[in-house]
Amino acid sequence: MIVKKEMIAMLLAGGQGSRLGILTAKMAKPAVSFGGKYRIIDFPLSNCINSGVDTVGVLTQYMPLRLNSHIGIGIPWDLDKNVGGVSVLSPYEKSINTEWYTGTANAIYQNIEYMESFHPDYVLILSGDHIYKMDYETMLDFHKENGADVTIAVMPVPMQEASRFGIMITDENKRIVDFEEKPAHPRSNLASMGIYIFNWSTLKEALLANASQPNLDFGKHIIPYCRDNGRPLYAWEFNGYWKDVGTLTSYWEANMELIDIVPEFNLYEEYWKIYTRSQTVTPQFFGNNSFVERTIIGEGSEIYGHVFNSVIGCDVTIGENTVVRDSIIMNGTVIGSGCNVTKAIAAENVTIADHVTIGQGDDTPNDTRPDIYRDSLVCLGEGTVIPDHVSIGKNVMISGVTRNEDYPNGYLPSGSTLVRE
Amino acid sequence: MRAIGIILAGGNSNRMKELSKRRAVCAMPVAGSYRSIDFALSNMEFSRVSKVAVLTQYNSRSLNEHLSSSKWWDFGRKQGGMFLFTPSFADANSQWYRGTADAIAQNISFLKNSHEPYVIIASGDCVYKMDYGKVLDFHIDKGADITVVVKKMPEDFNVERYGTVRMNEDGRIVDFVEKPVLAESNTISCGIYVIRRRLLIELLERCREEGRYDFVQDILIRYKGVKKIYGYEMTAYWSNIASVEDYFRTNMDFLDAGIRDYFFRQYPEVHSKVEDLPPVKYNVGVKVRNSLLSSGCIVNGTIENSVLFHQVYVGNNCVIRNSLILNDVYIGDNSIIENCIIESGDTIQANSTYKGEDGVKIVVERGERYTI
Repeated sequence: MIVKKEMIAMLLAGGQGSRLGILTAKMAKPAVSFGGKYRIIDFPLSNCINSGVDTVGVLTQYMPLRLNSHIGIGIPWDLDKNVGGVSVLSPYEKSINTEWYTGTANAIYQNIEYMESFHPDYVLILSGDHIYKMDYETMLDFHKENGADVTIAVMPVPMQEASRFGIMITDENKRIVDFEEKPAHPRSNLASMGIYIFNWSTLKEALLANASQPNLDFGKHIIPYCRDNGRPLYAWEFNGYWKDVGTLTSYWEANMELIDIVPEFNLYEEYWKIYTRSQTVTPQFFGNNSFVERTIIGEGSEIYGHVFNSVIGCDVTIGENTVVRDSIIMNGTVIGSGCNVTKAIAAENVTIADHVTIGQGDDTPNDTRPDIYRDSLVCLGEGTVIPDHVSIGKNVMISGVTRNEDYPNGYLPSGSTLVRE
Repeated sequence: MRAIGIILAGGNSNRMKELSKRRAVCAMPVAGSYRSIDFALSNMEFSRVSKVAVLTQYNSRSLNEHLSSSKWWDFGRKQGGMFLFTPSFADANSQWYRGTADAIAQNISFLKNSHEPYVIIASGDCVYKMDYGKVLDFHIDKGADITVVVKKMPEDFNVERYGTVRMNEDGRIVDFVEKPVLAESNTISCGIYVIRRRLLIELLERCREEGRYDFVQDILIRYKGVKKIYGYEMTAYWSNIASVEDYFRTNMDFLDAGIRDYFFRQYPEVHSKVEDLPPVKYNVGVKVRNSLLSSGCIVNGTIENSVLFHQVYVGNNCVIRNSLILNDVYIGDNSIIENCIIESGDTIQANSTYKGEDGVKIVVERGERYTI
């Protein structure tokens, strides 16, 4: 019996996302929590199943444990299929030339056999680090209508920001005539979103022809190769919400956008659901002295304190007389009583004891990674423990089990980095 | 596991008043994000009973919907699994289930085709956590014919709608009275039974010949002198929801920290169908006190001492006190709701007031919904 899928998706989820700092110390970026109960990879995975793409290869490499256990056999996304479904593809040993995934296209190249087994007409290339809802089926229709070999999803960006992106220059039929990577003087404002539909034959040919290229990359090698060989490349314009959560600041902002009265990115629509693996289904509880405003909160959390402008995950506890503001608190974190937490990103299973102040002080830049830990954010790594009665400044990163002696005079000044086992 | 499971989920109760119009009691939403049957099903799963029959009859649409996939309770197995039995009409002699015993008797092939030596029978309208394996161990230890799980209720508890038992020092049940007007005992049957499979088949076949259909009346009470019927006392939380008052109270029990911790945080976990709803969203002007809220809710008003189930929208300046708001309810701006149960799918128009004056008021409002 021959297996046949019209379009399969390959989801690149192997990158670290080092600009997310301590959040990706123990897990790949697509596994990082987002929006209270979700993880970043839930968005492209849900898009796949909502678009009718039921065969997804997820390419993992960096710290895959959390990602693997999250995906499992794909039950939350209905991707537990008899044929197809979700497969986690990690680098593997070969009889000759064993290597890691050395580039985006190299990772796809190493899985030609996987793709071949489904006899696809089209292959959709996705990355696992964006927040958006997109109907890939509409994109495929566009691809077919235009007789394209490659279709690249693009979105219009403000002209002054265009030099930060890969820019596509198109003719009036949306056919791509040229492209530039981060041009100083952009000729167009259509930025590539890193989402591609290839005719399988075109992709396979391009991958094989460039197999020996070191760090084989879609943007740098495969797309130029297709252009140079006269393949018809088209740009499909996307105008919905799309957010790259590549840096801590953009990650924080994207979370905060979810708490607007009518958020631009609406999770409450019935027809394009975002699915995730839920560890818990229980309701959340509010104590007698709690107060909450402009906040979203996940299942099973218990709130006894005050929460403003925040995104709270599942099974979080916030104690009495504690005030949490402008913060992202991820699954399983416990904050004691009498705390004051401002602009914090607390990763999963953080413990903050009683009477802790976070995010108060001057704006001294971070002493180790001022490029990552900035904008007054305080970042607490997974499983961090903060002892009682300490005060923590801004632009601080803390990871590991810290004790009172780590806080001279009970104070960790702005810009500090504190890492313990 | 040496036992198969049967969950009796067919029942309806007129004590549920308007609430029973929509669904079987076992499909009643409980504790914000569960359905009543989740507790018995999760207990079966946790006790490693791998083959479970759910017997449904009355208004089973919403129950069937909830049980449309067995994977949430890990029953999607090649060996065993979950079986839904509704009365089927094959020939002129076909009947609705005429009673609990008849419901099992009509599916006797499920018993005959199994090889496990014991059967655990549980009703789907109770909220509790239990390892049925412990009851089975007790059953074997005592050399019992039938074991009934019993619970000693507080002195002031009204046992009128339960079966009460009296036991001797050894735990053998010497007296069993169904729905007593004048109760001599405040130890009640929890509707959970363990019995040897062959004995059950034998008793059911005899019942059928004699035209008897009720498990309690025609098996437990009728055979209590002849068969060794023992009572296994449970001490943990147990509550039956099959009346409006008990349903309301059971839900409110979850506002207690101890009970919440016992069900929500302690092992084993109670499983339910995953609804894939977004986190609860709290806008400006919100006041929430001593309340439970489930995923998918959007809140703008004041909520006190209440339980909100999935996907409830609460408009601006609303005040909700001491109420249960079931799934998918829209409450328009400036509404006041006190001591009420708002039925699933309701639309409460803006500026409405509903108050339960003496006792809980059940609100069924099928208005049109313009927003969301």
